[in-house]
Amino acid sequence: MHTVVCIKQVPDSAQIRVHPVHNTIMRQGVPTIINPYDLFALEAALALRDKLGGSVTVLCMGPPMAEDSLRKALTFGADRAVLLTDRYFAGSDTLATSFALSSAIARIGETFGPVDIVFTGKQTIDGDTAQVGPGIAKRLDLNQLTYVSRITDLDTETRQITVERRAEGGVQVLKTALPVLVTMLEGTNEIRRGSLADALRAARAEVTIWNAADAGITELLKCGLRGSPTVVKKVFAPTARADKAALIETDGKNGAQIADALIAAILDRNPALDADLRRLSAGF
Amino acid sequence: MSDAPRQTPAPAASRAGMKKELPERFRSYKHVWVFIEYEHGHIHPVSLELLGEGRKLADKLQVDLAGVLIGGDAAELAEAAQVCFEHGADIAYRVADPVLTHYRNEPYTKALTDLVNTYQPEIVLLGATTLGRDLAGSVATTLLTGLTADCTELAIDDERSLAATRPTFGGSLLCTIHTLNFRPQMATIRPRVMAMPLASPGRTGRIVDHALDMTEIDIITKVLQFIPDRDTQKAQLAYADVVVAGGLGLKSAENFQLVKDLAAVLGAEYGGSRPLVQKGWITADRQIGQTGKTIRPKLYIAAGISGAIQHRVGVEGADMIVAINTDAKAPIFDFAQIGIVANAVELLPVLTAAFRRRLSVHRLAS
Repeated sequence: MHTVVCIKQVPDSAQIRVHPVHNTIMRQGVPTIINPYDLFALEAALALRDKLGGSVTVLCMGPPMAEDSLRKALTFGADRAVLLTDRYFAGSDTLATSFALSSAIARIGETFGPVDIVFTGKQTIDGDTAQVGPGIAKRLDLNQLTYVSRITDLDTETRQITVERRAEGGVQVLKTALPVLVTMLEGTNEIRRGSLADALRAARAEVTIWNAADAGITELLKCGLRGSPTVVKKVFAPTARADKAALIETDGKNGAQIADALIAAILDRNPALDADLRRLSAGF
Repeated sequence: MSDAPRQTPAPAASRAGMKKELPERFRSYKHVWVFIEYEHGHIHPVSLELLGEGRKLADKLQVDLAGVLIGGDAAELAEAAQVCFEHGADIAYRVADPVLTHYRNEPYTKALTDLVNTYQPEIVLLGATTLGRDLAGSVATTLLTGLTADCTELAIDDERSLAATRPTFGGSLLCTIHTLNFRPQMATIRPRVMAMPLASPGRTGRIVDHALDMTEIDIITKVLQFIPDRDTQKAQLAYADVVVAGGLGLKSAENFQLVKDLAAVLGAEYGGSRPLVQKGWITADRQIGQTGKTIRPKLYIAAGISGAIQHRVGVEGADMIVAINTDAKAPIFDFAQIGIVANAVELLPVLTAAFRRRLSVHRLAS
């Protein structure tokens, strides 16, 4: 069983600051992490390998510094790491990203053995689109399984896979044939602590570094900004509303008086809420 | 849409400045479409919300609005089509085939892709649900066109181009995205981001049938089972009338109980900001904000939430926002209607008691 796990190095969004004047992201000093959603994909792949044998290849597209994230993935127990990096990829939208990644996955298959499952996280925390996974599946003609909460069965003889998938209003149980693309739902497993042996191995391991040509990409027009049908025309901070919140005076009041003043202000602004609250609080 | 937020605004801006003509083959693309999510006998509300928004775009462009109905039973879809007409659609494209009874990526992608290639819409909108996102990514990749995820605002610019605005960089900024040289322009929008349009009973439209041209043997993926959620277990945040939420200002997981207490007295749903999910204080289905649930309640009480943009875009549709925060400079006071500079941990219990008194008095009176 050969699985490829796509990971992305993202800025730790909790620590992003916006320049107050220029409305640009202040990246300096913002630590990077593996996109947290991708760790559920990585653990799912590692668990399958432990059970069925085979190997796990982690793949990351990004700047050279993204090698750190791949090395981190190796410490968790991934068998090999491929960094796809080239300035031609700069400014890729989801369509261009899925082109580059699917080309690299095809090349991984040729180089390290046929790929049975491609795993991705549900989405990234910086782009939040959830579009790259389906894009890779379509380009590689893989059966697509998104929002998977559990792989319930994988028969290596018949090459059939059964999963539970989060759908609207319930769980779909789907059965399909390998090769597949799986996007893992968050909270479905917990990434293992890497072993000491894995940490030592990761420190010494060679990360395979490919540029566009190495990944077999000849159509550079499909990469980066030029390969991206979407164009960001404007980046801006939301305008503050002219009227700020009406503040409830708290000086010289005790808690109950403040609470009463707040309720009065709410109902003063929308008297009809009184009936709604009575209905709801009575359990209707 | 851009998965990676652009490294710097500079290349994006210079690229946007490049004036490019729409290629000849796309000039005939016209009309606004909404993919109607029809499952288990009913239409997902987000689809009707998008018909309301799509109507505005179609009127601005002076074109028709169509709903796309894909499913197993032609008669059921005809009923759904009538609901679409009453919510603003002029046309319903219907693909009815037994293999489409349950959602599966492969046949639904083929159905929608074939429709787009045949009838050539300029805009296609889908709900950003698990189904809509699963389908949109496949269809946009097949068509090699642009797709913008989780838009919070849609507009038509002076050149008839769709301006799709969404939060970016983890919700700290907004960006406006265009698909300049490809058609259709595709976008997904989360439930409750757009307002539900009023229905016009009796309003009619035209159904256009299209064949799938696929049989069960062609489809590799099989649906073995569908296990419906038990309603009582799942948060009904998106469609709640009153919502109480907490943020990091609550200081501890134990204090989140204060939010639940107030919600219980009000008969409200409760939720929290993104950091609370990351800390494990609440489950992901209770997250309010850009990457969680978008809500449009009549009353929203935010306790100890600072109001980052990614939270703001998830709650701005509320009729009234009440903010409780110790920091008078917290951004939430910029978009709340009523604010109170106080420690939520101290105020919530007294507020709960005050509401309880008031509501029980009413109950006795009635």
